[in-house]
Amino acid sequence: MVTTAPTRLSDRLSRPSAAARGVRDTRGYRVFTAVNVLVLVLVMAVTLYPFVNILAQSFSSEGFITAGQVNLVPRGFNVETYQTVMADRMFWRNYQNTLVYTVVATAIAMVLTTTFAYAISKRHLRGRSLFIGIAVFTMFFNGGLIPNYVLINTLGFKNTIWAIVLPNAISVFNLLVMKAFFENLPAELEEAAAIDGLDTYRTLLRIVLPLSKAVIATMILFYAVSFWNSWFPAFLYMDRAELYPVTVYLRNLIAGATTATSVGGGGADAMTQVAANIQSVTMVLTVLPIVCLYPFIQKYFVSGVMLGAVKG
Amino acid sequence: MTTPQHLEASSPAGGQAQSPVGERGAAAVALARTDRAGRGRRRTWRQSLRKDWQLYTLLVLPLLFLLVFRYLPMVGNVIAFRRFRPGGSIFGDEWVGLRYFELFVNDAKFWDVFWNTAVLGGLSLLIVFPLPIVLALLLNEVRRIWFKRLVQTVSYLPHFMSIVIVAGMVFQIFSVQGTVNQIVAAVGGDPVTFMQRADWFRTIYISSEAWQTVGWGTILYLAALTTIDAQLYEAARIDGANRWKQTWHVTLPGIRPTMIVLLILNIGTFMAVGFEKVLLLYNPLTYPTADVISTYLYRIGIVSSNFSYATAIGLFEALIGLTLILSANALSRRLVGTSLW
Repeated sequence: MVTTAPTRLSDRLSRPSAAARGVRDTRGYRVFTAVNVLVLVLVMAVTLYPFVNILAQSFSSEGFITAGQVNLVPRGFNVETYQTVMADRMFWRNYQNTLVYTVVATAIAMVLTTTFAYAISKRHLRGRSLFIGIAVFTMFFNGGLIPNYVLINTLGFKNTIWAIVLPNAISVFNLLVMKAFFENLPAELEEAAAIDGLDTYRTLLRIVLPLSKAVIATMILFYAVSFWNSWFPAFLYMDRAELYPVTVYLRNLIAGATTATSVGGGGADAMTQVAANIQSVTMVLTVLPIVCLYPFIQKYFVSGVMLGAVKG
Repeated sequence: MTTPQHLEASSPAGGQAQSPVGERGAAAVALARTDRAGRGRRRTWRQSLRKDWQLYTLLVLPLLFLLVFRYLPMVGNVIAFRRFRPGGSIFGDEWVGLRYFELFVNDAKFWDVFWNTAVLGGLSLLIVFPLPIVLALLLNEVRRIWFKRLVQTVSYLPHFMSIVIVAGMVFQIFSVQGTVNQIVAAVGGDPVTFMQRADWFRTIYISSEAWQTVGWGTILYLAALTTIDAQLYEAARIDGANRWKQTWHVTLPGIRPTMIVLLILNIGTFMAVGFEKVLLLYNPLTYPTADVISTYLYRIGIVSSNFSYATAIGLFEALIGLTLILSANALSRRLVGTSLW
């Protein structure tokens, strides 16, 4: 059945089940409820605090930060730090790289994941369990850092976009989620398509994909967020600053600041201390797209995880 | 074979008059039908290829991807047994047997990082793994939908943050002028250089891990909680169970399969503690507690170019991981009848 509207799933998660139990509340339970609310409010406060803190620092002047006086509210309010960071051409260059890497990597990943998932969702396909096994095995055993590094270098991917967009193109988790979704589509639809003379490719493009918008949106979001956040492949395979994604730009700011303050730690780049407010501004600008989109995309992620949990 | 007449009667859409290619379509349906009816009667590979060749073409690129980017590196692990020269063959030049394994087994530094890895993994399992269960149970007792939804929305947020952002936040909050030191100063203590102190690294690592994963970790438990039959609570109530007893005897057993599956997965990744996060958070001063197997082999392999030695360590770590997950799975299948596959 095609009943995987993401809203409905997240509704189900939010349903209060305690109310349905209909036990008369004891005094002890009323105390518990109050404590419970308190604990959950505390959880929210702790979760949000770091975000509020970097936001406050990003608008504060450096003097107040080094004096340890900035927590929730900006002190010495200014937007000059924003102007400084945004005037840095390398920052925008790296931001643009992040965008390009994310879009290209997500597109490649979606093509490979969708075609693979569709083929292995056909129960009559001979060799199906072998193909599934080939994919699932990579979840539990992988080549490891050095053989991968040697491979990428041998392929000549160093300092190219391919080092970032190709090696992580199929996430087995996403693959299994999509496979589960395709398996649940009613078989009659595709039988009707076959009767109309559509071959496999056209059935996939014209019948199956239009019915799978919800799962496709979820998968695109899963991939896009993971590529947007990724830093290590670029850190490993890119030597030139103009090729970095913004996460590596940020990593270098943070690393510069720490080697400078750690006594006897770095030495070489002890001159590159980066002010906390500059770091904060860069962090704010990096998470901004995700935080802005977050309220709208959250339910898709939740439904994606649920789909995957049906049978992983 | 089913006759075409029979087919036409059973499928209203398959009218030959409406569709010019109806015959071929009907044949395809017939094939699919007989396939389903006659399960167990297997076609030969040649027949399957002829019928499903289009499906197989869809598999070509993904399988090629897995072959090159997943299985080739697995084979590339042979350089753990061979001398590797940068610029030479990616599979190494000459056999040296277990030389590199002997090297690290006799390397005291290796056993230090092995111990650090086990401690960090163990602490994560002990502290970070149960937290989502507790949070899910607390959320389950909330009656106001809007409040429950608010807590969920807020607590999922850190999951979507890049590890670089999390590291940046950790550095700011634990810095000398950061929030934690402000609290220390407020209660009259001297500022602590948390990020440079090896004795604080584990605390910082575990708390940042908890911060990022606890909310998102509740999803699967909340999903499992919605599947518990309300009649079970009713029956428990009739038997005189109070809320605490209902939680203990109905709710917890209801989410037990989920707990076990996640526990198996966690045990399997127990030795693969957050490489990227440690790499971002540690520095030479915190190596005594922070350096783990993966960061050690990163420095040996990538920074110092001892590829074969680092590969030997990596292979050892991967085999431990595989053994852990297989034994955890076998154990849970035997003890509680739940397994991953």
